[in-house]
Amino acid sequence: MLKDRDRIFTNLYGQHDWRLAGARARGDWDGTREILAKGREAIVEDVKNSGLRGRGGAGFSTGLKWSFMPKGDGPRPHYLVINADEGEPGTCKDREILRFDPHKLVEGALLAGFAIGAHAAYVYIRGEFVVEARHLQTAVDEAYAAGLLGPDACGSGWAFDLYVHRGAGAYICGEESALLESLEGKKGQPRLKPPFPAGVGLYGCPTTVNNVESISVVPTILRRGPSWFAGLGRPKNSGTKLFCISGHVNKPCTVEEEMSIPLKELIERHAGGVRGGWDNLLAVIPGGSSTPVLTRETCDTMLMDFDSLRAAGSGLGTAAVIVMDKSTDIIRAIARLSRFYMHESCGQCTPCREGTGWLARMMDRMVTGDADLEEIDLLEQVTRQVEGHTICALGDAAAWPIQGLIRAFRPEMERRIRERGGDATRAA
Amino acid sequence: MPKLTIDGQEIEVEAGTTVLQAAEMLGIEIPRFCYHERLAIAGNCRMCLVEIEKMPKPTASCAMPAGEGMVVHTDTPMIRKARRGVMELLLINHPLDCPICDQGGECDLQDQAMAYGMDRGRFHEAKRAVSRKNFGPLVETVMTRCIHCTRCVRFITEVAGMSDLGALGRGEHTEITTYVGRALGSELSGNIIDLCPVGALTNKPAAFTYRSWELRKTETVDAMDGLGASIRVDTRGNEVMRVLPRTNDEINEDWLSDRSRFAYDGLKRRRLDRCYVRRDGRPVEASWSEALAVVAERMKAAGKAVAAIAGDQTDCETMAAVKDLAMALGSAHIDCRQDGARLEAGLRASYLFNSTIAGIEEADALVLVGSNPRLEAPVLNARIRKRWLTGQLTVAAIGPEIDLTYRHQWLGDGPSVLADLAAGTHPFFKVLSQAERPMLILGQGGLARSDGSAVLGRAAHLADAAGLVKDGWNGFNVLHTAAARVGGLDLGFVPGMGGRDVAGILDGARSGAIKVVVLLGADEIDMDGLGDAFVVYLGSHGDKGAARADVILPGAAYTEKNATYVNTEGRVQRTVRAVFPPGEAKEDWRVVRALSEALGKTLPYDTLDDVQTRLAAINPVFGTLDGVMPAAWGRCGDDGPLDGAPFVSPIVDFYRTDPISRASETMAACSAGAATQTIQGKTGTHG
Repeated sequence: MLKDRDRIFTNLYGQHDWRLAGARARGDWDGTREILAKGREAIVEDVKNSGLRGRGGAGFSTGLKWSFMPKGDGPRPHYLVINADEGEPGTCKDREILRFDPHKLVEGALLAGFAIGAHAAYVYIRGEFVVEARHLQTAVDEAYAAGLLGPDACGSGWAFDLYVHRGAGAYICGEESALLESLEGKKGQPRLKPPFPAGVGLYGCPTTVNNVESISVVPTILRRGPSWFAGLGRPKNSGTKLFCISGHVNKPCTVEEEMSIPLKELIERHAGGVRGGWDNLLAVIPGGSSTPVLTRETCDTMLMDFDSLRAAGSGLGTAAVIVMDKSTDIIRAIARLSRFYMHESCGQCTPCREGTGWLARMMDRMVTGDADLEEIDLLEQVTRQVEGHTICALGDAAAWPIQGLIRAFRPEMERRIRERGGDATRAA
Repeated sequence: MPKLTIDGQEIEVEAGTTVLQAAEMLGIEIPRFCYHERLAIAGNCRMCLVEIEKMPKPTASCAMPAGEGMVVHTDTPMIRKARRGVMELLLINHPLDCPICDQGGECDLQDQAMAYGMDRGRFHEAKRAVSRKNFGPLVETVMTRCIHCTRCVRFITEVAGMSDLGALGRGEHTEITTYVGRALGSELSGNIIDLCPVGALTNKPAAFTYRSWELRKTETVDAMDGLGASIRVDTRGNEVMRVLPRTNDEINEDWLSDRSRFAYDGLKRRRLDRCYVRRDGRPVEASWSEALAVVAERMKAAGKAVAAIAGDQTDCETMAAVKDLAMALGSAHIDCRQDGARLEAGLRASYLFNSTIAGIEEADALVLVGSNPRLEAPVLNARIRKRWLTGQLTVAAIGPEIDLTYRHQWLGDGPSVLADLAAGTHPFFKVLSQAERPMLILGQGGLARSDGSAVLGRAAHLADAAGLVKDGWNGFNVLHTAAARVGGLDLGFVPGMGGRDVAGILDGARSGAIKVVVLLGADEIDMDGLGDAFVVYLGSHGDKGAARADVILPGAAYTEKNATYVNTEGRVQRTVRAVFPPGEAKEDWRVVRALSEALGKTLPYDTLDDVQTRLAAINPVFGTLDGVMPAAWGRCGDDGPLDGAPFVSPIVDFYRTDPISRASETMAACSAGAATQTIQGKTGTHG
């Protein structure tokens, strides 16, 4: 279990003052100028060595991503864009940071921006986050007033501006290139890659897009040193992580824990255990709606980190743990997710535009068993037709939960079809 | 220069080439719907997926730049499976109403479904239906068929330069629509019909009138404006069913203006299909021999007091024959400038678009003088926009303040600005003189006025002073709106020694000095000015000229004859007959030849070859087809006083400029729509 002294987000539950004075009392903005004095390369190197992997879902090394930015000052400005469009069902970690620890994000933005040579950063915040946006804006204003941001941020000589931009409520705008399009005032649709944002990003300039949590942990990593962060969790899955535990648990919560904590321990220690006890557990979606569901047997021994979940055919994603007990209609639960992806598909590319609707409609029929047994295979095949053929990862995200369902709960699906089919035969 | 291997064949391509383009160079065809070589890359149809070694997923080849050492496979089991998957997804919500779809037979989706489609459907849900949209009188929409490739949106946005079209909604509710129910406002809107890979956007005037495989295709040249765009005329029996552009990078690329494309129904209406002779104030049907006898009699009586005015679509053969006949009669009263443009036939470079249309893509500074290319030559305007989009072209305009679809500096509306520019006192002079490839486009709005010669002279001055004409580059350009004009000037169809120009002919007709006026499809002159002169109208349509005529001789339209036209660049091109002229109408030069016989002054040519040989004898430029020969530069125009009146464009109504388009119902509908700003009440999604 994570020791209190290793906790990064010390005001996760908002008991303390979230403004500048309170943040300073918790150690934020301490020695920022000295960290900046170490220089760009040193910061990037530290973050690389800390083993920090992107907290937005894909788990790509943050330091490595920063190192893709062009070195030195080119003819084009560099931009840092922070993805605060947290919309993945089950996920509620960035929200806690934004409302109770916004200064961690603001300070992290300065350090990250400096490290990639950006003089400006944009925070693209989900439109529904009204209070969060207000808190963040207050934090930004405070930082400007205190000289922590602005033409001479923290007295370092580095000019740095931070802008808060509110989104309008499309899930797809959380995809980094759709986010950039939306930020530019266009329709939020993902861009083709290559070129990648590090080469051609916001307004055609080199851009790094990072998740709120990734940026917010950077100041602490730089203050306490990369080896401290790397020492937590299993190798290559280091650090602490915010887990959002929801569903059929006694005390749903968002909690900071060490990476690679066993799933069972996470649920029992922090969320008060599964409703009706561990034996009443049916399944867990371990990392937000797009990650395939885990069965009870897998959950017993599962470690919550990128590599072990991947090995189990699922993923850590945003670490949004959705717990379902045996009262759950699992097919209906996944069908609801399919509806979500159909609703949020941007409609740009064929497989996702057409496929998500088809999948959702078939899933609806699976819920009632109004299907043929062969249609389970058809459903599986259609997910394969969508997966990997789209411009962005939304197509994959729509496919994986269904694949996970078929893998883990095929007998249940077949039972429902048989039962209904049986009824039909009798009636005839 | 990356080198890559596609299906085992190695190829070296220029940096920035996509994998799809590289494959095309090797003759490997990759299926696609959204990709179009003249539009931005969208990468959304996902049909062009290929397998690239070391990449985990199939890649859209249209958007992937060729990389050094790439190994690409375009036809593996994995790729075939992926494409079959995409095809199935494209078809699940497609109505499969091919038997009643106008695109049937020339549909990309149909064709690709032959290669990648399944033999049965696995989709058992309800299909999507989308209400049709009103895009105006030209483009029919059946949006249920739309596969969301966005080619139409990209064309209207990028090439036509309007923000009329876009996609509303998201996911499977995405719909292509105009900005809140407006009709398309572009003069190039018909091109989206060609671009649409399915039957979502089709030819509205021709809806349900043909199946594509019934049509006979004739490759010919357009005569609806001065560009001479390459077109294909599709016919069934003796009827023109549609007009399409042919790819010609020198002139029109893949595009065609709406008038050139849709005015063809005018070819079937208000046609002159027999001779008429006016008796007791009313035109009475007559046979060819009767009509020609009447004309010959009148002409003989008139002696030298005979004049001829050529219209805007008159072919070179006819003008040559009329010129020869006038000479034989001893008359020098001929003119091909019915709008009174002060162009001189002497110096060829003074009336050509010398830079060539493709040359626009090298220009870096441009000044438009008395020209609105958007209406006078929409396809050429698209070329200017294309160059402007690269950020390497600065544009300024003297004339009316207009929306040209690209940003430009408006310098003023009258000739005085041109005079300042020519004198080097205007700030834009510096931009022109410092440019590598500066251009000036002089429109008919600057020439067809009383001080036209002085405007021409100032423009030529400016060309000399700002260095518009230099080694390997001539930036002096005249933009013509009439297909016949350059040919007429090349043939010297202008008043000879002691001859009268159009204004002079009208004066003479009024005063009685001119007794017979022959109008060769000339309808844009002031008919009241013809006084008591005996008017012979030789042309294809019952327009203003025919209404005034004493004798009507029916001629052939540009789709009905093998004839020569010279475009605004000086490119000599030949039309090919697609259909026969209606009724008793004949190719115009044959009528002139028959008339000469009736006059006893038989012209020395009997066949088309003979006339075309005669053309080359009059001016050697007619000896070279389809090419552009640079013309020598020199002085032109004069230094006379300039009028204070602002320049106005000769085109008031883009859709109705000539007898054919004025006879067209489609063009009338467009014109009415444009006049009322075309706001359609119902969008189809109005609830």
